[in-house]
Amino acid sequence: MNIDDLTSHMGAWLGGQGPHANVVISSRIRLARNVAQRPFLSTASPAQRRDIYESLSNEVARLYPINTSLFIDVDKASPLDRQLLVERHLISHHHAVSEGSRGVSVSHDESAALMINEEDHLRVQVLSEGLQLEALWTKINAIDDKLSDRIPFAFDKQLGYLTVCPTNVGTGIRVSVMMHLPALKWTKEIERVERATRDMRLAVRGQYGEGTDVVGDLYQISNQTTLGTSEEEIVEVFNNKIIPRIVEYEYAARETLIKHSLEQFEDKVWRAFGLLSNARCISTQETQTLLSPLRMAIHMDRFSVIDIQTLNDIFLQTQSAHLQKRAGTTMNGSERAIARASYIRQKLS
Amino acid sequence: MDVECEHCKKAKATVHITDVPEKRERHLCEACAQSEGVIIKQTHQTTTAILQEFIKQKTGIDSSDEQTCPHCHITFREFRTKGQLGCPHDYEVFREALIPLIQRAHGNATHHIGKVPATSDDAVRRQAGTLKLRRELDQALRDENYELAASVRDQIKAMDASESV
Repeated sequence: MNIDDLTSHMGAWLGGQGPHANVVISSRIRLARNVAQRPFLSTASPAQRRDIYESLSNEVARLYPINTSLFIDVDKASPLDRQLLVERHLISHHHAVSEGSRGVSVSHDESAALMINEEDHLRVQVLSEGLQLEALWTKINAIDDKLSDRIPFAFDKQLGYLTVCPTNVGTGIRVSVMMHLPALKWTKEIERVERATRDMRLAVRGQYGEGTDVVGDLYQISNQTTLGTSEEEIVEVFNNKIIPRIVEYEYAARETLIKHSLEQFEDKVWRAFGLLSNARCISTQETQTLLSPLRMAIHMDRFSVIDIQTLNDIFLQTQSAHLQKRAGTTMNGSERAIARASYIRQKLS
Repeated sequence: MDVECEHCKKAKATVHITDVPEKRERHLCEACAQSEGVIIKQTHQTTTAILQEFIKQKTGIDSSDEQTCPHCHITFREFRTKGQLGCPHDYEVFREALIPLIQRAHGNATHHIGKVPATSDDAVRRQAGTLKLRRELDQALRDENYELAASVRDQIKAMDASESV
C-alpha cells in the first residue's frame, strides 16, 4: 500500500453508516504519550528528535506489519501528500506544517494512525464512522497496551501521563465527535448548545480541529480536561449522554424546520443542488456549505437524486489535495475550482 | 429570576461567582466578566493560548520564574511564555507552581484517575485504583445510591486490606 492508493477509497470515518449516522459523521479518540527520560520535542535537539523518531518508528512497525500498512516519513513527504493526509484526518495540520523528523503509520483501513513527533512524541488515534466511542476505546487501549509493553512512557503517579502541554496531562485522551448540525444552526439553537458544552468544559471546533472554522455545519465536539476523570468515564459520558442529547436536539430542530419552514428548506436544498449541478468553478468551502442541506435532506428521506455515499464521495474527493492527487499534477486555485466543479457535475449527472 | 450585571448595570448577569475567602457573591454579564479577567473569551483560542492566559492571570508565581530544570535547562519563565514544558522532569521541578495552573485547566483536579502503564509498580497501580473507587463512592453517595455505595466501600476496604498484607 502506498499513499497514492488512498484516494481510491473512502477511509474508515466517512462510510456514512454507524450509530446515529444521520447526525454523527465520525468518532475519534487520541492518546498523547511521551517516552520517559527523553526531552520533550519543545527542547529536543535535531539529533535527539531524530533518535526518538527512529526508535518509535521501529516500535510502531512491529504493531503494523509493513505490508498491510502505510508508513510515511512526513518530513520527506511532498506538501501535497501532507495535505492529503490532513484532508483524510490521518494527521493534524500541526504535523503537516511543523519541521524536523516526524512520521505517521496508518493502518490498512485508515482506522488507526500513529503520529510520531507531533506535539508529543507519540499521538495515537483511532477513527470510525458514526458514534462508536466505546469500541474505539477498546481498540486504542489495546494498541496503547502493546506499545507500553515495549516503550517506557513518561508517567507520574500523581499527574498520570506527562505531556508537553499541561492541558493534556493525566489520561492524555481527547475524544472528538464530528456532528452535522444544520437545523440547530439554522434555528440559531446552536448557540445554546455551544454555551452548554462550554459549561461542561468541552470544546466546539470546526471539522479539522483546533483553530479551524465551522464549514458545512460540521462541528467537532471534544473534551478539554484530561485530569481527574478516567478514560472510561469520559468515553461513557460522551457516548451515552452528551452526544445522544445533542442528536436529540438536532432531530427536534429538524422537525421544527420541516413543520414550520418546509418550503424555505426545500428551496435551500434544490438551490444547493442547482448550484452544485451547474457550477463551472467552485471552492472547497462553497462545496461543503452547499452539501450541508443536501446531506440533511437525504437523511430525512426528502431528497433521493443522490445517496449519502455519493455525497460523501464528493465531500472527500473535491478537497484540494485529493483533486490534485487524482489528476496526477499540481494545480493552482483557479484550476482546482474548475476541476472540482467538473467532478461534482459528473457525480450529480 | 433575571439579575442585572452589577458592573455595567445594563446587561443581564450570566456569570455568577463567589469570591473566596470573603464568600462575596458577584453577578456579571459576559462582557464585564471578560474585562475583569474572570472568564476568558473562547472563540478561536487554542488550548495553548488558553493555558497562556491562565498563566498570565495567575499571581504569586513570579518567584518561580527563574527556577531552572537541571535536565532540559528551561526556566519557568520560558514555560510561561511558550505554554510548553521542556521534559518530563519539569513536572517535578516546577510542581509547586504548576499544580495551581493544572487545577484551573482541569476543573480543579489534582490527581490522575485512569489508566496506569502495565510497567508501573504495584503501589502506583493500587493508588490509581483506590482513587477511582473513592470517586465512584462520592458519586454514589451524591446520587443517594446507597446499595452501590456500600459495594464500592467494600471494594475499597478489600484493597486497603490487601495493601497492608
